[in-house]
Amino acid sequence: MPGKLKVRIVAGRHLPVMDRASDLTDAFVEVKFGNTTFKTDVFPKSLNPQWNSEWFKFEVDDEDLQDEPLQITVLDHDTYSANDAIGKVYIDIDPLLSSEAATVISGWFPIYDTIHGIRGEINVVVKVDLFNDLNRFRQSSCGVKFFCTTSIPKCYKVVTVHGFVEELVVNEDPEYQWIDRIRTPRASNEARQRLISLMSGELQRKIGLKVLEMGGNAVVGYLQCFDLEGESGLVVRAIGTACTLDKLSNPSAALLPACNSPSKEIKETPFSEDPNPNTHSSGPSTPLKNQTYSFSPSKSYSRQSSSSDTDLSLTPKTGMGSGGSAGKEGGPPKTLLRQQTQTALEQREFPFFTLTCFPPGFLVHVGGVVSARSVKLLDRIHNPDEPETRDAWWEEIRQEIKSHAKALGCHAVIGYSESTSICEEVCILSASGTAAVLNPKFLQDGSLDNYSEHRLEEPSPPSCGFCHIPYDELNMPFPAHLTYCYNCRKQKVPDVLFTTIDLPVEAAVTGKGCLIQARLCRLKKKAQGEANATAISNLLPFMEYELHTQLMNKLKLRGMNALFGLRIQISVGENMLVGLASATGVYLTALPTPGGIQIAGKTPSDMTYEQHISNMQKKINDTIAKNKELYEITPPKLFTLDPEVSTFKGQNTEISEEVIGSPIPEPRQRSRIFRSHSESSDEISELDLSHGKKDAFVLEIDDADAVEDIHSLLIDAPLPAGFYSCNTEIMPGIYNWTTGLQMFTSVRVFRLNNVNLTNQGLNKIFNDLCENLLKSLYFKLRSMIPCCLCHVNFTVAVPEDELIQVAVTAVAMTFDKDQAQESWKASVDKALMKVIAENEEQLQFPLELCSDSPGAQLFSPRKGLLESASAQAIPGAQRASSLEKASPQAEGHARVRSTTAYTGSTITVVKMTPLSFIPGAKIIKYVGIINMFFIRETTSLREEGGVSGFLHAFIAEVFAMVRAHVAALGGNAVVSYIMKECVFMENPNKNQAQCLINVSGDAVIFVRESELEAIPVQPQTTSSQASNSGADVTT
Amino acid sequence: MAMELDVFVGNTTIMDEDVYLLWLDGYTVSDAVSMRMKSGILEQCGASQDVLESDTMDHYRTFQMTERLLHNPSKLVNQLLFQIPPHRQNMLIERWGGGAAIVKITVQKCYKILNPFSPSLAPSLPPSLALTGRYYAFDEAFVREVLGKKLSKGTKKDLDDVSAKTGITLKSCRRQFDNFKRVFKVVEEMKGPLVENIHQNFLLSDRLARDYAAIVFFANSRFETGKKKLQYLTFEDFAFCAEQLIQNWTLGAVDSMVEDMDVDLDKEFLQDLKDLKVLITDKDMMDQHKSLVCTALRGKLQVFSEMEGSFKNLSRGLVNIAGKLMNNKDVRDLFIDLVEKFIEPCKSDKWSLNDVRLFLTQHTNSVRALDAFKHQAVWERYMRVIQSCILKMYHD
Repeated sequence: MPGKLKVRIVAGRHLPVMDRASDLTDAFVEVKFGNTTFKTDVFPKSLNPQWNSEWFKFEVDDEDLQDEPLQITVLDHDTYSANDAIGKVYIDIDPLLSSEAATVISGWFPIYDTIHGIRGEINVVVKVDLFNDLNRFRQSSCGVKFFCTTSIPKCYKVVTVHGFVEELVVNEDPEYQWIDRIRTPRASNEARQRLISLMSGELQRKIGLKVLEMGGNAVVGYLQCFDLEGESGLVVRAIGTACTLDKLSNPSAALLPACNSPSKEIKETPFSEDPNPNTHSSGPSTPLKNQTYSFSPSKSYSRQSSSSDTDLSLTPKTGMGSGGSAGKEGGPPKTLLRQQTQTALEQREFPFFTLTCFPPGFLVHVGGVVSARSVKLLDRIHNPDEPETRDAWWEEIRQEIKSHAKALGCHAVIGYSESTSICEEVCILSASGTAAVLNPKFLQDGSLDNYSEHRLEEPSPPSCGFCHIPYDELNMPFPAHLTYCYNCRKQKVPDVLFTTIDLPVEAAVTGKGCLIQARLCRLKKKAQGEANATAISNLLPFMEYELHTQLMNKLKLRGMNALFGLRIQISVGENMLVGLASATGVYLTALPTPGGIQIAGKTPSDMTYEQHISNMQKKINDTIAKNKELYEITPPKLFTLDPEVSTFKGQNTEISEEVIGSPIPEPRQRSRIFRSHSESSDEISELDLSHGKKDAFVLEIDDADAVEDIHSLLIDAPLPAGFYSCNTEIMPGIYNWTTGLQMFTSVRVFRLNNVNLTNQGLNKIFNDLCENLLKSLYFKLRSMIPCCLCHVNFTVAVPEDELIQVAVTAVAMTFDKDQAQESWKASVDKALMKVIAENEEQLQFPLELCSDSPGAQLFSPRKGLLESASAQAIPGAQRASSLEKASPQAEGHARVRSTTAYTGSTITVVKMTPLSFIPGAKIIKYVGIINMFFIRETTSLREEGGVSGFLHAFIAEVFAMVRAHVAALGGNAVVSYIMKECVFMENPNKNQAQCLINVSGDAVIFVRESELEAIPVQPQTTSSQASNSGADVTT
Repeated sequence: MAMELDVFVGNTTIMDEDVYLLWLDGYTVSDAVSMRMKSGILEQCGASQDVLESDTMDHYRTFQMTERLLHNPSKLVNQLLFQIPPHRQNMLIERWGGGAAIVKITVQKCYKILNPFSPSLAPSLPPSLALTGRYYAFDEAFVREVLGKKLSKGTKKDLDDVSAKTGITLKSCRRQFDNFKRVFKVVEEMKGPLVENIHQNFLLSDRLARDYAAIVFFANSRFETGKKKLQYLTFEDFAFCAEQLIQNWTLGAVDSMVEDMDVDLDKEFLQDLKDLKVLITDKDMMDQHKSLVCTALRGKLQVFSEMEGSFKNLSRGLVNIAGKLMNNKDVRDLFIDLVEKFIEPCKSDKWSLNDVRLFLTQHTNSVRALDAFKHQAVWERYMRVIQSCILKMYHD
């Protein structure tokens, strides 16, 4: 009996009228957990009942606590007939099981009915008493923290990154069970919601067990997906990155039962070579480890080179037959590094990481995008307890990814994700990631003890190090053109770089980034079974090739040389395939300037034709020039050979204006996408996507296709003034965010009525659909100018024969335009400052709890030390502000204040964002993961305003329910919010529609930076205490 | 080929005030789109017509969903479905400060780009009030048509005539009518002061709550306001009169904790009014009254001789109105009587407003000197209202 769940039903409000005669309702509540049910009294004749129930207590296994959702049903009592259900609330109590998340769930929840939507609200208080369980063979994994965020959560620091965890569970879909024929749609929907809730609980628990086995205490970058396979079943699968995290603000947390193996976690970094002995000597030592990830001042490099000498002797030559190829100092350490990484990673089946953002120093080299797809035929899952087939499918794909990464000379895959697209019985499984070489010191518990950290550090400056090729130059996995890095001149870099990760904070970038999309439709004959799968498999390589070409063209058209956050989605429908690739284009300073696009005609004899071509060429050149101006890309023509210069300036991003004699290499097209696809027959083919040995990127116009291509290149509407867009966490070139924040979801479904569509016609339609959607967004958000659409996430689907569905979730954030005009260097300073400031914060936080009285004197000596510590890296002028920002005292005050100052504003404002941060604010606590699944159905579609009215209301309801759950957890924002699934089905003839939405994110408490400085706090920024202490109970 | 579905939902509900006003005015989506196009918004943002259509549709849907909540504004304040940004309050407070109870917006006027993301300064009021205020605002032309009419299905059926006459869309007329009716039904049988009840239940500004109180009061007593002779009077005139009546003649004026206190007139008082007849039936008293008034006003009135000539007629008029008020039917004619029996005669003799004021004051006060008259309190309670109503109504 390791846990006691306690639930109290306080009140209801705005209930619907259930009795037409009296216009009132006799409501009561059923509280169900597992197989136990409690009921409240009937509160007669009221739309705002006050139940004030006793505490309902459930004594349950912690296994059940993790799997089961708390189910609250509000009913209308009826003396003569069956009681009518008003609606339900499912509450995931997982956040209460971790000592570091929420301690109580308390607040108003919308009462949700799958047919009627939200019908009033109910006030509920939930608590859990956990008893310590010492049973080593237990099946539960209480206390393992889950984060959707694909970077290290803001108020934690990473001790160890253990690696990839995955799990999947399968079941029959209630919608397809025989019983569904005789039960109501409501019952069926509720059965589905409950089942999925149960399955995701189970999945999370199983993943948690794996994490505990690995010695971790958290999963970061947790991505859970549903595959609605129809007849063949329901699959819930999840991937994530197991880590050991330490809470920064609360060092004692490491000793709480939340952490399963405290002995491992408290391992200290040997700080033998601490650059700042002052810091070392004072304060608790754990947070100091942090220092290792901080942006190191140039000083430390010299030390490394000396230690690397000793390493040299240890280096056995493997796979680097011509190890001296680079001929620079960088060569041998790299080999060594690979060696060590190898040992660290080889033990892992899959050295994959779902993270897209890493602590500085973690990422050593990036190879390029690796992806794999496979077409499978679905068959009924016979035994839900042994989901082996599905497991085997994914296993196969992951193996492929792993081998691709190896071919690129990398041992790890980062920014890894998996997805499916299902149409009838055909399923495309896709996985993609970025091949990379990582710094092993983060990867294993032992590594921190075994190796001195400095020895392993790569001598390349962080601003360009990750661009340097990880593979062997003379034995390249694909034809590519390499040049010496334009930043450090020491190592080779490719001419173009595609990745699925976020732009590293420390990367040197010229100008701003922008969203780049490639869109493609391909018709396919309707077919069944094996033939259908084969047809799809045959189409896939062509689609990937074309998407890739489009991306490359558009990238060049913008004068950029790298893509981040690349996500290629291929969706399958009955008679077509739709492909959408989105990424953020960037000009990496370290990479060569991209060449232009040249158009070549095939029949040069014709004069008018030539004229036409030269016109087009001119247009393209103009566009490139315009884009360069728009994105402020003024690539440095010159660079320095002297490594001292770049490192010495501190920022490493400084571009010296010296003239160096090295020739600017001819830009060349080269592919870095390694792909393959396999059909059910396991036939594997590899495709070289490079365009041969052409010196310049040439588009040949020899048929209508090419003309179309060029047209589609040019018709991408330019961004309206004041707007920027990207699909990554950080928008390169914008650092001065202000507080304006608007998360939104937009969905469009387009019906193709024209039966005789060509591929080109279809492409145009799809392209217009996406472009118009973007235009609409710009119009809607015009009042936020200047602003940037961040994390723009498109998903496409082909829900029916002639329908194309596009859904976008993104956040619009305002920024300060004036500061944006500031020199680029200043903004980079700022970004680096941020890194440093954060480290300082991390250093200061432990003290907050050590001293109960937050006297300023207590901190001053510490501050002094820090000042001297940071002085090395920070230009003096900005030092003060960074310290101010990080002041923990203010926060302590703020928290207390908000408790007392709370004056009964009834609803907490909850911010939502797909990003992991909130501009101008500091996340002080993660209160739990949000993972919600809703079904909405209607049999009166016209009355609800048609499909648009129906979906509009549903999305608004989903937002409302997410906000309510976050507020009840004591949070005031959701970060890393994502809408993973939006399945919409309609039958207008029957006046029916159904929609399934799955969303997730991390509920957090944030405090505005301005409020951290100024002590008084707005009542809206509810801290956990404020809303937990029943502040929401006001009626 | 067509867009089957097109929605945009923000975590913070985006509400464009211009579109809101167009929606309130009952324009269809396509009308609203063409009006927005005329405003030049497309050129400003470089957007196309379908973008505008999609945007307008989104807003209309949002408003339709909010409408359910707007019917019960106290729900709106703690509803969870829409996260409406707090800064809307500001906008609202400013508008209300201007006393914009009657909002007739021309399309040109409403087209300025509002910045819905400007930081909020005064988080003192719930955010949703802006919507409420707008939603419950009504058109002068419309309210004059239905003021004093029974808020019944029959009246609602005639709204198409009202729409045709006023040029306000039928949709908007219906909304305004339903607002009147909704407020009427809720506060009709409530205890406590009318204005306060409206304010509490519908979260309306003080100003708008007063206007609604007048509408409710007029609808309850069914005062005639539509006759040709009354056409020159504005809603504001009537609202003022209603306030006077509520404050002086209702049950609430005597006892503040009875039902219907502000809606129904004090029956006892109306009964007592017939005692005032003595002022005109007793010839001595009437002469004495006249001489008192004349003495006091000599030299002060520009129209002294006219006054002297018509004193008896005017006095009879005023007292007769009082005498008739005990019949419900005659109560309805109060305003028409005031115009016919008093205002018109004065106007035809070219009395100035000041003349009227001096006369009424003196006429009322002089009664105190009549020792034989025993109904001073009733007289003063009666004349207080009559005097201020006439003064308010005495204009062109």
